[in-house]
Amino acid sequence: MAAYILRRLVQSALILLGVSFITFVLLYVLPADPVRQIAGRSATAATVESIRQQLGLDQPFLVQYGNYLWNLVQGDFGRSYLQKTEVAELLVSRLPATLLLLVAAIGCELLIGLPLGIIAALNRGKAIDNGLMLTSFLTVSAPQFVVALLLLFVFAVKLGWFPIGGYGTFAHLVLPALTLGILGSGWYSRIMRSSMVDVLRADFIRTARAKGLGRRKVILGHALPNAILPIIAMIGIDIGLFMSGIVVVESVFGWPGIGQLAWQAIQRVDIPIIMGVTLVSACGIVIGNLIADLISPLIDPRIKLR
Amino acid sequence: MKKLILSTALATLMALPAFAPAQAQEPKHGGNMVVTYKDDVATLDPAIGYDWQNWSMIKSVFDGLMDYEPGTTNLRPGLAESYEISDDGLTYTFKLRPGVKFHNGRALVADDVVYSINRVINPATQSPGQGFFGMIDGYDAAAEGKAETVSGVSAPDASTIVFKLSRPDATFLHIMALNFSFVVPKEAVEEAGADFGKKPVGTGAFKLSEWTLGQRLVFEKNADYWISGVPYLDSFTVEVGQEPVVALLRAQNGEVDIPGDGIPPAKFVEVMKDEAQKSLVVEGGQLHTGYITMNVTKAPFDKVEVRRAVNMAINKDRIIQVINGRAVPATQPLPPSMPGYTKGYDGYKFDQDGAKKLLSEAGYADGFETELFVMNTDPNPRIAQAIQQDLKAIGINASIKSLAQANVIEAGGAGNAPMIWSGGMAWIADFPDPANFYGPILGCSGAVEGGWNWAKYCNADLDKLAAEADSIVDPAKADERLAKWSEIYMKVMEDAPWAPVFNEQRYTMKSARMGGDNALYVDPVSIPVNYDYVFIKE
Repeated sequence: MAAYILRRLVQSALILLGVSFITFVLLYVLPADPVRQIAGRSATAATVESIRQQLGLDQPFLVQYGNYLWNLVQGDFGRSYLQKTEVAELLVSRLPATLLLLVAAIGCELLIGLPLGIIAALNRGKAIDNGLMLTSFLTVSAPQFVVALLLLFVFAVKLGWFPIGGYGTFAHLVLPALTLGILGSGWYSRIMRSSMVDVLRADFIRTARAKGLGRRKVILGHALPNAILPIIAMIGIDIGLFMSGIVVVESVFGWPGIGQLAWQAIQRVDIPIIMGVTLVSACGIVIGNLIADLISPLIDPRIKLR
Repeated sequence: MKKLILSTALATLMALPAFAPAQAQEPKHGGNMVVTYKDDVATLDPAIGYDWQNWSMIKSVFDGLMDYEPGTTNLRPGLAESYEISDDGLTYTFKLRPGVKFHNGRALVADDVVYSINRVINPATQSPGQGFFGMIDGYDAAAEGKAETVSGVSAPDASTIVFKLSRPDATFLHIMALNFSFVVPKEAVEEAGADFGKKPVGTGAFKLSEWTLGQRLVFEKNADYWISGVPYLDSFTVEVGQEPVVALLRAQNGEVDIPGDGIPPAKFVEVMKDEAQKSLVVEGGQLHTGYITMNVTKAPFDKVEVRRAVNMAINKDRIIQVINGRAVPATQPLPPSMPGYTKGYDGYKFDQDGAKKLLSEAGYADGFETELFVMNTDPNPRIAQAIQQDLKAIGINASIKSLAQANVIEAGGAGNAPMIWSGGMAWIADFPDPANFYGPILGCSGAVEGGWNWAKYCNADLDKLAAEADSIVDPAKADERLAKWSEIYMKVMEDAPWAPVFNEQRYTMKSARMGGDNALYVDPVSIPVNYDYVFIKE
């Protein structure tokens, strides 16, 4: 177990190194000059050059990348080009909001997705199954921006049940979590359905039924624990999907997380922030997958970590 | 969305009467005003902040030697009580107002002004405003880091500052009113280091009392402010991270006083159709021109006939319809409210047949293929399509290159873009003077690699004329100077490196409880509003 975790951690570090390299390359070849963004439109060529030198952006690519890595291993993410604030400070100030939303959103996805998947599986081929799967297809393909604004308009503006965006209380959390929950629930209901359908066909279920166990006990006690495995793997993947989804949802609801930070930084070509957010997100995805892999054997003893 | 590079000193389109508090409602003191923005405030360091969002906040936290009368473009002394200009226009002597204190309690002295100017010019500060101070004697050595300080700025005593210029420059007093000239206390800057932008200390009407990253900034009234009775508000809160559409919903719900990003284009018609909402919208002009640049160094735009033909081919009224009428047609580079604007000049008339004739004279009877670069946010691609259709009508096939702002600016600076629609990146003046619309965007100094003169238009005669105009510093000869500037822009129109399209109007929505002259809500130098002078009625 310890050797497995160690090996995975080394792999994770390599993945992060790869992510940092690819992101750095992409930002390097981007046909937009961060120095011009800092220098502003009234700057002379001399000013632009002086800023370029001070930021080390006149150095060859590998030197720049090496410097970045060297600072990074010392825990220094650098300072934002435009805000001059430490990137670490920006990330730390925004991470709690994103983590809270992550937990709440995945909770919503599971609460909505799993029951729907189970209901669909139990009614396989019937109208209710078709209806639920069509709904899951719609939620997965619905544009986040529209759903977010729709929920905001109906439940915050018209009904006044929740605040119109913002951060701080449980009420603020409901709508953004629900938006992500509704949109992501389709994945879970589909996986849950197919997994459940497979399990329901299995011999041990027939045995359980033959023993005379009640329908409820068969489903909740025997079928569900076996059908849930792919869901756990899905949560690991979902963290990645989540990271790409928060950019829009955080913007609409004024949720002060790292998605919003990333969006602003991209518009301003603020490379240290973009790098910081990318690495933190990649870390989240890697850790999420690692945890999902570690949990699986606890639920299903047949799975061995090797 | 002009948030990145566009700074703000703007003038109103309509000739606004000078702000006169006596005629307006009696101001009330107290209360907290809520302003929203989509993006985080980048910085409150006056040497660094250069977007229209932080520009006005910095104005409320800091002061400069010069200032503008609230709601107007008229210069007035700020921290300076008085000033004198020598006859040759090369020496400016300012006397400091006595009794001014920084937020940290220390009294302002002349050395603070000297320090602040040196700080902006020092290359280590990386100030985007460095280039504005080029007229000060000794600038080059200091800007290149060869000298520690600028030789042309000195403080002979605690209340006197003397500027020696290397050339007469009629815009110098405007420069002294720019945010980049605002006065900062050395000890606070050194203590905060790179974080001074988050921990600002100035002499202004408000001081920063809270900054929660990604959420809000709270500005509290400075009870010791040197203008007695100002500001009127006890505080104002800037909430960030709010989408413009959501901010509008919150404003309609009474939770927000000023949606700082304005009315979203998609909601504009809806708001203006509703009388109740329309009454909360204040309209004003801005020192803005939207234009098409044509790269004069490359065929086919190296021929003046072709450039004139493009000017004649553009149906400006139809393009203004694309943006719901939020603009007026532009006839020349300067916007109508800018001093030096040539009244009575109608520009190139919309005339497709005339344009075709010009094209065939230039040897392009069958038209040609070209590219039109445009920033990829609404409404710019739609405007580009309208331009594309207009060009098509005279035989020019322009393919649209819709890119992120930074990429368009890059292509323009590198001279790789035959045509650029300036929307989203258009020039808004830093200060209300015609000189500010020339050098970087139409003069030879801007026609370099990475410069903002995307037409790469360089006319040495006009540069000479411009230098002549700006050497007229005597206020009594201001009209003579403006006439020269008018002449310069008329010559630009003859050479036609640009096709000016429209001058955008500005619309500020305010809550019903906000009071104060309307001019304060479209203040030419403070977007969205002049925080120091607005008040809450109830």
